[in-house]
Amino acid sequence: MTTASADGGWLARNRMTITPILFLLPGLLFFSVYVVFPIFQSFYISTFEWNGLGELEEQGRYVGLQNYHELFYYDRNFEISLWNNVRWLVLYLLAIPAGLFIALFLNQTIVGIRVYKSLFFFPFVISQVVVGLVFGWFYLPNDGLFDVLVGWFGIDIKGGVIGNPNTATYGIIVAGLWPQTAYCMILYLTGLNAVDPEQIEAGRLDGAKGWRMLWHVILPQLRPATFIAFVVTIIGALRSFDLISIMTNGGPFGSTRVLSFYMFEKALSEYGFRMGYGSAIAVVLFLIMLIFIGYFLWQMYQDEKALRR
Amino acid sequence: MFPTPIEKRSQSAQLTYQAMVPLVLILWLLPLIAVAVFSIKPLADFTQGNYWGLPSSFEGINNYTRVFTDSPMPQYLWNSVLITVPTVIGVVALSCMTGFALGIYRFRGNLLIFFMFIAGNFVPFQILMVPVRDLTLGLGLYDTKAGLVLFHIAFQTGFCTLFMRNFIRALPFELIEAARVEGVAEWRIFWYVVLPLMKPAIAALAVLIFTFIWNDYFWAIVLTQGPDAQPVTAGITSFNSQFIAQYHLMSAGSIVAALPPVLMFFMMQRHFIAGLTLGAVK
Repeated sequence: MTTASADGGWLARNRMTITPILFLLPGLLFFSVYVVFPIFQSFYISTFEWNGLGELEEQGRYVGLQNYHELFYYDRNFEISLWNNVRWLVLYLLAIPAGLFIALFLNQTIVGIRVYKSLFFFPFVISQVVVGLVFGWFYLPNDGLFDVLVGWFGIDIKGGVIGNPNTATYGIIVAGLWPQTAYCMILYLTGLNAVDPEQIEAGRLDGAKGWRMLWHVILPQLRPATFIAFVVTIIGALRSFDLISIMTNGGPFGSTRVLSFYMFEKALSEYGFRMGYGSAIAVVLFLIMLIFIGYFLWQMYQDEKALRR
Repeated sequence: MFPTPIEKRSQSAQLTYQAMVPLVLILWLLPLIAVAVFSIKPLADFTQGNYWGLPSSFEGINNYTRVFTDSPMPQYLWNSVLITVPTVIGVVALSCMTGFALGIYRFRGNLLIFFMFIAGNFVPFQILMVPVRDLTLGLGLYDTKAGLVLFHIAFQTGFCTLFMRNFIRALPFELIEAARVEGVAEWRIFWYVVLPLMKPAIAALAVLIFTFIWNDYFWAIVLTQGPDAQPVTAGITSFNSQFIAQYHLMSAGSIVAALPPVLMFFMMQRHFIAGLTLGAVK
């Protein structure tokens, strides 16, 4: 690509190579130091028994794959966390149809609809810490609004929703679904805005109405929105940490732990500083995430190829 | 438009719809409304078990004043500002450059680097936690705002590069070619041709990143400890242990902590949504 200005110096002749390198350098440097290298370091640390003090090689003890062995064969809490991650993944996906449903409900042009839409979006803007606190109070045993409401139907959950090991994780997931649904809603509202009116007309002429129209005409056009909703929801489900930390701190009896929270607990909380063991948990979580990341990237690569100019 | 516009329906359907929207909204925001009511109640309401009824007296001004005077809340808020604003500036600067490099130039490894940024943006925080904490300790930046800022800048560069690169790709390439034919230097093309066109993208990213960073909790508790450096998301938990079971103050504190991104969202709504829904429409 060095066609222009052949008369200039070396710098001018190679400017099409030099410029992108210079522009990339600061960002790439930061990103490598804080994101790319640490991933590999975590893999390495996970083969040590290390309490985080001093140098890893001096103070730590190399144990090979022993941490993983312990995780998979002896650690009951790991198993609970893993299952909770599955619950999060499956139930969190409900945010997508729920978001679509609200978007369809709001996709009208009555007076003040813009304000309504942004108020519906509200929960997403608030920090998860506050969402967690708010739902924590909502779920209070006896005094909480939720307990009062289900009490009318004669249901009494012992210890409150998040105080009961059987319901706690579901209670937290519902709290997480609240902002996530708002996010999916806004994605679909934007998508619905761009739906081709001619195709809707054509569908109407063919006699498509209601659900059939939605399924055969609208949803295929909403594919990009659905893809993004899927990506952010999966990532959000596997990243869940704030809500658990705020609402139950892993309890009651460790029943609400997920991998991200359990890792933090093992590596950095009062239960001891097992950095190597924590890193092994992080690696497992990373590998689970990698399956999805691989799929996302593959999808994006297909789009990229289609767009090549 | 889908579903069928309500104007084409019967009069009664229209009225039903117009009545239903606010009702559903109230249900949707019920937890928040409850907390807002909490924050203007006197303590006596809670001790007497009046959690969800009307406040027996209006104590809003009192409660919110106490949040600011009886706790380190102002300090936490100020820390959040000092963490969020430099991060936003840093990230926007870096990602304008990386986005420009990846969006305009063709070179080997372009797509690879681009995909590396995207992939990095999706990884779980925990895989970075131990090494990043170590690095921050090693730099002497543990429990400082600068330590958090540096990490946030680096991590958010992933998402922002994706955003900026795609935005630049959508700009008319002829502009850049025309400038090259005129013999304009590459960095001048960046500064005088591309950057002015990126203003909407910069605005969108700035509000988005502001919200993300303001609301960050995980890194705040991993990289900082006390009121000297902790942002308000982490501060609110110590605030709550200071005022344990005093729901009127805890709720007022939560609202104060949540407010800045909310204000940002309402002021810059269009940009915010444009940023969030990038790619939702092809």
